[in-house]
Amino acid sequence: MNSFAFLRAETASEAVKALNTKAQAAFIAGGTNLIDIWKYNLTHPELLVDINRLADCRAIIEKADGGLRLGALVTNADTAYHPLIESRYPLLSKAILAGASAQIRNMATDGGNLLQRTRCYYFYDANAPCNKRVSGSGCAAINGYNRIHAILGASEHCIAVFPSDMCVALAALAAVVNVTGPNGDRNIAFADFHRLPGDQPERDNNLQYGELITSIDLPVKGFEQNYSYLKLRDRQSYAFALVSVATGLELDGDVITEARIALGGVAHKPWRAKEAEELLKGKPATPENFAKAAAVILQGAKGYKHNSFKIELAKRAIIRNGMMALHPQSQRPGAQPSL
Amino acid sequence: MAIKPNIGQPLNRLEGRQKVTGSAKYAADYHVPQLLYGYVVNSTITKGKIVRVDTSAAKALPGVVEVLTHENRPGLAWFDLQYADMDAPPGTVFKPLHDNKIRFNGQPVALVVAEEFEIARYAASLVQLDYEEEPFVTSVEANLSKARPAKKGIATALKPPPPAPTGNFEKAYEAAPFKVDAEYYHGNEHHNPMELFATTTVYEGNGKLTIYDKTQGTINNQLFVANVFGLRYKDVRVLAPYVGGAFGSGLRPQYQLFLSVMAALHLKRNVRVVLDRHQMFTLAHRPQNLQQLQFATDENGKLTAARHAAFVETSSYEDYTEVISSWSHRLYPISNTRFEYKVVPLDLSTPTDMRAPGGVTAMHAIECTMDQLAYKLGIDPLELRLRNYAEVDPSTEKPFTSKALRECYRQAADSFGWSNRNPEPGSMTRGNKLVGYGMATGVWDAYQFPSRIEAILTKEGKLMINNAVTDIGTGTFTVMTQIAADELGLPIEDVIFGYGDSKKPFSMFQGGSSMTSSTGVAIVMAAKALKKKLLEKVKEMSDSPLADADEKDLVFRNGRIALVNEPSVHINFQEIVAANKGQAIKTTKMGKPHLLKLRKYSKMTHSASFVEVEVDKDLKTITVTRAVTAVAAGKIINPRTAHSQISGSMVWGISKALQEESVIDENLGKYVNANLAEYHIPTHADVHQLEVIFAEERDELINELGVKGVGEIGLVAMPAAIANAVFHATGKRINKLPIHFDELLE
Amino acid sequence: MFIASDDIFHKVWILAKTLNPMENEHQFNELQTVRLKVNGEQHELLLLPWVSLLDALREHLDLTGTKKGCDHGQCGACTVLCDGKRILSCLTLAVLKEGAEITTIEGVVRGNQLHPLQQAFIDHDAFQCGYCTPGQICSAIGLFKEGKAKTREDVKELMSGNLCRCGANIGIIDAIMEVKDGGMYE
Repeated sequence: MNSFAFLRAETASEAVKALNTKAQAAFIAGGTNLIDIWKYNLTHPELLVDINRLADCRAIIEKADGGLRLGALVTNADTAYHPLIESRYPLLSKAILAGASAQIRNMATDGGNLLQRTRCYYFYDANAPCNKRVSGSGCAAINGYNRIHAILGASEHCIAVFPSDMCVALAALAAVVNVTGPNGDRNIAFADFHRLPGDQPERDNNLQYGELITSIDLPVKGFEQNYSYLKLRDRQSYAFALVSVATGLELDGDVITEARIALGGVAHKPWRAKEAEELLKGKPATPENFAKAAAVILQGAKGYKHNSFKIELAKRAIIRNGMMALHPQSQRPGAQPSL
Repeated sequence: MAIKPNIGQPLNRLEGRQKVTGSAKYAADYHVPQLLYGYVVNSTITKGKIVRVDTSAAKALPGVVEVLTHENRPGLAWFDLQYADMDAPPGTVFKPLHDNKIRFNGQPVALVVAEEFEIARYAASLVQLDYEEEPFVTSVEANLSKARPAKKGIATALKPPPPAPTGNFEKAYEAAPFKVDAEYYHGNEHHNPMELFATTTVYEGNGKLTIYDKTQGTINNQLFVANVFGLRYKDVRVLAPYVGGAFGSGLRPQYQLFLSVMAALHLKRNVRVVLDRHQMFTLAHRPQNLQQLQFATDENGKLTAARHAAFVETSSYEDYTEVISSWSHRLYPISNTRFEYKVVPLDLSTPTDMRAPGGVTAMHAIECTMDQLAYKLGIDPLELRLRNYAEVDPSTEKPFTSKALRECYRQAADSFGWSNRNPEPGSMTRGNKLVGYGMATGVWDAYQFPSRIEAILTKEGKLMINNAVTDIGTGTFTVMTQIAADELGLPIEDVIFGYGDSKKPFSMFQGGSSMTSSTGVAIVMAAKALKKKLLEKVKEMSDSPLADADEKDLVFRNGRIALVNEPSVHINFQEIVAANKGQAIKTTKMGKPHLLKLRKYSKMTHSASFVEVEVDKDLKTITVTRAVTAVAAGKIINPRTAHSQISGSMVWGISKALQEESVIDENLGKYVNANLAEYHIPTHADVHQLEVIFAEERDELINELGVKGVGEIGLVAMPAAIANAVFHATGKRINKLPIHFDELLE
Repeated sequence: MFIASDDIFHKVWILAKTLNPMENEHQFNELQTVRLKVNGEQHELLLLPWVSLLDALREHLDLTGTKKGCDHGQCGACTVLCDGKRILSCLTLAVLKEGAEITTIEGVVRGNQLHPLQQAFIDHDAFQCGYCTPGQICSAIGLFKEGKAKTREDVKELMSGNLCRCGANIGIIDAIMEVKDGGMYE
């Protein structure tokens, strides 16, 4: 909760330039996560660059290729309730509305959602060992209380999970992240945006220092006919996922022609297994087939002392959510189980 | 002739407008001139000692006024007794910044005082402390070998240790045809009132302090401050007109009070200290515990033997206890009993009473064990309770002052539709949900404490009632006003209840569901005394039309004293005041329980909860879809605020059964989820249908008002009823609270 | 309310002190002018960037109706309306809201007339201790403006960012449903 300098940027290039004048600076938009962790003394910015006034990042626009572009500064609420999102990407809408609270969704931006830090108890405790917070300090979660931790893709250095709901849908939808930075613009496929912890758990994603997310592109395919987001947690709202699933299906009669399945709450990034999606192609949408897909998705899953249940829970969630996707009208507030 | 137009009426809360407009001021809401902000630094180790303190970086920050640690704190009271508040358990009271010894993780070790809140907070992060760590223990389950009987002291008077064994438990249990042997575990819980613990100390000069504090006991904290800091009682005034929830956490003075006062006296300035949510986990909490129960019945389901052993956390420095193991014999007749209670000292802060302390812990275990017995016997769980129904208190053979538990069972079961239950676990479904019905009984003591009331007929002819009691959201302000209004025959608007102020006459801290009986009865006493005084004045008045009237022929109604049979013959209160030379008329009276009379009786509140849960067949997510709780608690003064007390407790029941737990990392010796994001309490989405029934219970014996109290009883039966419903839905007994839904995954 | 004039001087003195170049290593950063329209009244505050909107309201404008329950976006007690939208004032900085219009619980009442929600909260006993109440009411006003809640289940979900430890949940939702279904809001 140190003191910091504050600068309001009017353009993206001005923001990027300002940020790169300091070694410990951060962009601030909604602030819902940054101010939270700053108050917990987990991050110590010397400069905050306010990007809320950047004119280019504030709208949702239709792209020439038929997809949509979400400006990075559009709030989560405005995204979830946007008519084009509700009609063409309802999976994204439902996932956003399953996260946080109405107030936080009114503040948090789409760009910021991608940059949320983990809710790992030990990351949040400035005095506990945590390789993500202080590289090389150790991981208190592996032999600690790890109910909320990863079952997939973890490393001996970090078993934290990425907490976003929105990003689980973005992963399923194969979004693309557009960034600008000191070395110009680039775009990053969603699957490549977040990282697994490996031996560098301090890095949540592949952004370079000083790079700024300007927008997120949604490809044409929105799975608006058959989709479902299911979130399982320790209370019925305003809690992070133990396991969540985003499922989008394209069907020809009963037969799946295209499937997307992404898991949240189980790994350091939204978890997608393309082999499982391939396996479902050409098969009827039945619990048995979703179970086969679940087995592929959960290959190599490893539980710890308090979270082994997630492996079985994720399997059942994948099956249920597959069936829920056949009846998207049954979606319940808070992405609770239905059918 | 008693006319009680207000008692029994569902009046809206009298302070409602203040609470919905934001004008209600809580302890941190007082804007006082030149206020300093204190921010607490907490120990980052669990046990050991501080070997080096470096406050130079913090002190170098502009705006920082002082950093107090054990090394430079002002001299203070030396004797433990001076720190002992009214609720202190036997042992050595924790004294903040007293020495370099660390007794629990998060122990306050320094206070930074600065001109701005943000400066104090930042500077707190710059205080450097080096520690020498020692091995610590934080788990009851892993340290049962350390269990020992608790020390006895003053505070244990309300919490008697278990009674001596009766009959021969071992023999009876051995011989019984039906028996259950079960173990139950509860983790730590924190009260987590929405309001952060806060104290604003106003330094008035000349050794005088005005203190806005978050507390359940203004006088308790006044005495504490005066004793510890060597001030005269009358120079310390503690005010708590609004308290943002407490649930027991405000029974004892918390360390922000101590630190705020210490800094104010030291710096001769106004100082506010507010704890942050993380620091709220370094004080009061409900203790973790392990319970072992062995219950047995005869062929007919009559209980013949019961053993209940409790192993309960306490701190390393105080022997906190609750009544856990000795409830079953007060509810059910059992001839062969063995009850044990042992403390397990751990390196955590001392637990403190949390809503229905002991009772809800015990009844979860007892009533789940009863449910298991019902299944063994093949009889309905409600029928098992009725077969063991006690008409007199089986533990003492004394009659109850009143007991409408049978009515609670009947009315709640009817309203719930208990007769539709198919006892076979997993037999009832709704779509892909398993439906479970569960029930349980609740009991709680009916306490009454001494309380002193000042009753004043003001110059304006209004009634002013003064008492130091707080209103922590219970409805005390409204309920006391109703009682006073009826006693003097005044409309509500003409009664002023002054409370939440240590300057007012004595009240115990607000706890144990005791306030309506304690303060309420004292109000009746004081009002009666005031009436007597008014009648004397009436007699003295020169042209009084009531001069010759007999007292029993007079009635107090609508601000006047009138003849019962001829109401037009009357004297207004204003006339009495005028005859008293325009001066207010005062009386003071102490209300206390009729101990001698009540010695012959047992006095308890009862409840029965019936709960429906839905459990997803595959995913096992649990929803409490509806619950009915019937309560027998004597006279209900205000059905609206009492209803809120019970339905609020039922939400607590859902919370305790399914959500809340302060998880301790045993490697680090601290709570890992010390925040409201991961310490789950119910959201609106978790609360569905809750029905509250008050079973009529006329109690002519317990006190003048026939009241018993409703603060805890609504919670007591809920966790067991939920756990039993989960069993009925799934066939699985989860005896560890909270029940994690994933434990139901095969 | 007694804001002594010497108190204001005192605050200015402290702020001035922090502005001075200092010899020690912990430099504070520059004070910022923050213009906020709060409950219809224009304010110009001189603040360091690290002051949250919540603390600016409570400590600098003495609007203590907005409560601090967690200071981390976990409880909803600090909910205010910012340009008509419900937000958590603890999770934003006052400087980030430069030029914004803020409505706090003190601005919900119209003259002497309670907002229909305020009356409904009283009538349904939708609070016990009252500490979460300002946040619940501001949140419900925001909910109405959003217009997305159709059913009781929707209202429960969309109000779940406001915790109530007293367990007044049913009264709160009843009060909101009454005003919603009675069309008693703009």
